[in-house]
Amino acid sequence: MSDRIEFRFSGSGGQGLILAGIILADAAAIYENKNAVQTQSYGPEARGGSSKSEVIISDKPIEYPKATKVDYMVSLTQESFNKYINDVNDNGIVIADKELVTDLSKAKGKLFAIDMVKSAREELGKLLGLNIIALGVLVELSGVVSHESIEKALMKRVPKGFEDYNKKALEIGFRLGKEIKNNK
Amino acid sequence: MIKTKFDYDYYLRKNTLPHIWCPGCGDGIILKALLRAIHKCGYSKDEVVITSGIGCASRLPGYVDFNTIHTTHGRALTFAIGIKMYKPRLKVITISGDGDALAIGGNHFIHAARRNIDMTLIVFNNYTYGMTGGQYSPTQPLDSYSTTTPFGNIESPFDVCNLAQAAGATWVGRSTSYHAVQLEKFMVNALSHTGFSVLDVITNCHISYGRRNKMKSPVDMVKYQKEKAVPARSAENMSNEELMGRFKTGILFEKTDKPEFSSEYYKKLESIKIK
Amino acid sequence: MSKDIKLMQGNEAIAEGAVIAGCDFFAGYPITPSSEVAEILSNKLPKLGKVFLQMEDEIAALGAVLGAALGGAKAITASSGPGISLKQEHIGYASMCEIPCVIINVMRGGPSTGLPTLPAQSDIMQARWGTHGDHAIIAITPSGVNESLYETIRAFNLAVKYRTPVMLLTDEIIGHMREKVVIPSKDELEIIDVKLPDVPAEKYNPYNFTSGKVTPLAPMGEGYRYHVTGLIHGETGFPSQKIDVIQNAENWLIDKIYKNIKDIEKFEEFMLEDAEILIVAYGSTSRSARQAIMMARAAGIKVGMFRPITIWPFPEEQILNLSKKIKKILVPEMNMGQVILEVQRNSCGAKVYGLNIVNGEPITPDQIFSKIKDVSQL
Repeated sequence: MSDRIEFRFSGSGGQGLILAGIILADAAAIYENKNAVQTQSYGPEARGGSSKSEVIISDKPIEYPKATKVDYMVSLTQESFNKYINDVNDNGIVIADKELVTDLSKAKGKLFAIDMVKSAREELGKLLGLNIIALGVLVELSGVVSHESIEKALMKRVPKGFEDYNKKALEIGFRLGKEIKNNK
Repeated sequence: MIKTKFDYDYYLRKNTLPHIWCPGCGDGIILKALLRAIHKCGYSKDEVVITSGIGCASRLPGYVDFNTIHTTHGRALTFAIGIKMYKPRLKVITISGDGDALAIGGNHFIHAARRNIDMTLIVFNNYTYGMTGGQYSPTQPLDSYSTTTPFGNIESPFDVCNLAQAAGATWVGRSTSYHAVQLEKFMVNALSHTGFSVLDVITNCHISYGRRNKMKSPVDMVKYQKEKAVPARSAENMSNEELMGRFKTGILFEKTDKPEFSSEYYKKLESIKIK
Repeated sequence: MSKDIKLMQGNEAIAEGAVIAGCDFFAGYPITPSSEVAEILSNKLPKLGKVFLQMEDEIAALGAVLGAALGGAKAITASSGPGISLKQEHIGYASMCEIPCVIINVMRGGPSTGLPTLPAQSDIMQARWGTHGDHAIIAITPSGVNESLYETIRAFNLAVKYRTPVMLLTDEIIGHMREKVVIPSKDELEIIDVKLPDVPAEKYNPYNFTSGKVTPLAPMGEGYRYHVTGLIHGETGFPSQKIDVIQNAENWLIDKIYKNIKDIEKFEEFMLEDAEILIVAYGSTSRSARQAIMMARAAGIKVGMFRPITIWPFPEEQILNLSKKIKKILVPEMNMGQVILEVQRNSCGAKVYGLNIVNGEPITPDQIFSKIKDVSQL
């Protein structure tokens, strides 16, 4: 793998993006013995506003902890898409939700607008777990950690009784990721 | 409870005397009442912690042979809470002046009362900042004079006892440095109470307060205490006009069914502790 | 035995370190970005039978910590920006009365309310000089999550050993980022515990200004009755206005820290052997500096770094010695120039340049690299 792979989850407060970042970092750091750093930034709002959660993964020590040339970004609101897309790598991959991000005029890198919300609604019955779908998509696309590792890290942080629900969300993400790979 | 004959010398740190208080000051009377009360309660010197803030009254801990902490201005209760919560077996007493307890320390005063932590706060209430030269304090009566109210005080004073009760203290009383015997009795009561007890002691500062308010001598001030004190029971039959300019003395409030903070905390610990 | 490795947030690592160090008591007041330290300890300490208090304000929090410490507790508080400003009087009290305590400052931008959730390193001078009057203090600047854990433990040890407040200065980046932490087992660590004095109560003086040794602080309530006051006091603890007592007391507060600097100092040297430019960086900025040094080396510029981990007392001797060999020094920091003043004061014949970025973002490796290039041309 490359020295440093940078991931960014962006959206609004309350969507669970920080948790998604933590799970990814945990999978890499604990289950695959890589180096991982997770950071976030948020405004004063506990809910709403723009928020981002970033994960850097590397085989080498990670010094600067924030993303500067984003390799993989997922966006779950229009506002965060516009705000955080600037420092995506030219070869970076950007995943936007088709329903939540409709204006793609600021696009950078390789952009894929996909149906995460729609899949959640149809297959999970609610939008809870959208963050885990997004996580599944990025793991599938990047191959940065194995399915097994991310599942272990996910299970560690899922409340009792929600294991199957979250596993299902993760599977949806893997599938959507695969569809992107196949269409590339 | 009383094991030995009472002797002031046993409790005083005689090498730190003479004290800094002016001749005629009421603080010494309160100190002596406190020593007698502690003796009556039968506490050992090692189990008593006395914290104080800044001001004339707050010099008291230096003179008495207990675990003593002369803290920062207004914050004596915060140190008291820290040591009480860490070692709840200790008997913690806080000495504070009216400015210390109710102006700069007002926030800690109401929160200690709210928590109902098992400690005793004794407010040496002389209506003034004596040590800094007689500025007006939050208990100074309306229309009285000080070095910073040269035209008379227009700020309404706090009633220490009403404030303590409203904030949640479970033992509230008032006496004066004139009523030395009653004072000792109330101290025993306050110290024996489980919960936050506040004893407001009206004391005299003829130098910084009396002098500017037609009470030049300690005798004038002691007379003031004697004349203005109204036992709570008598006050019940008095009109507001009759009570104007006077203050109630007595055990003004007592409540025994409010949970006490330090014991509640340790009870909670028992239920969650990793065995 | 396999190591216990966890992904942890910086603030969580501080809480974990406190527990490992044997912390008995926390008192705090909610403030961003340090709140997680309180939140985590509110869960951990009660389970261990220890005390967690949320006080009515920042001042009360340190007051309660000092009260508990006088009872023999290993006690800690955590705060940020405005909260640390409010605590200053009690920091001075802890210095004056020689009460051990650990104070966490997760630095955010200031002054005043400033930038509550964004990082800065602007409280370095405040840590040293924030309270009134002459005094000394120990302050530590960890650069990551793992180091936050170990340096919290060291902070407790130094606090007990030297009877002094010890400040741990992290920042919003370190406090909130997550990375791998190797959790130490207790037997591989040195933990300095609070002990009873080795003299009987009637011979105990709470202070000693002349022997050069720090007298242990007897926990109150164990038979060692003494007096504590923020007034200048003699070795018995009682206030004094005698001129020789005052001078001795003042000297002691400084000497007990500065004369033990070899025991208190801690630093890291990185690629200094052949360096022609010296970077002095600390805390989160040192991470960017390290990356910038690799970039500069790849471009043929010989740069190295001196990283103070103990920032106070300042590593005066090391800076002096390095400045005799390396004639260009760059000090990047997330403030308008604080540690650079110490570097200038202690260096000899070297040119000292600052890189001061206070825009709420960490200083990036690119920014430092670009400054290195500038400096190399000068």
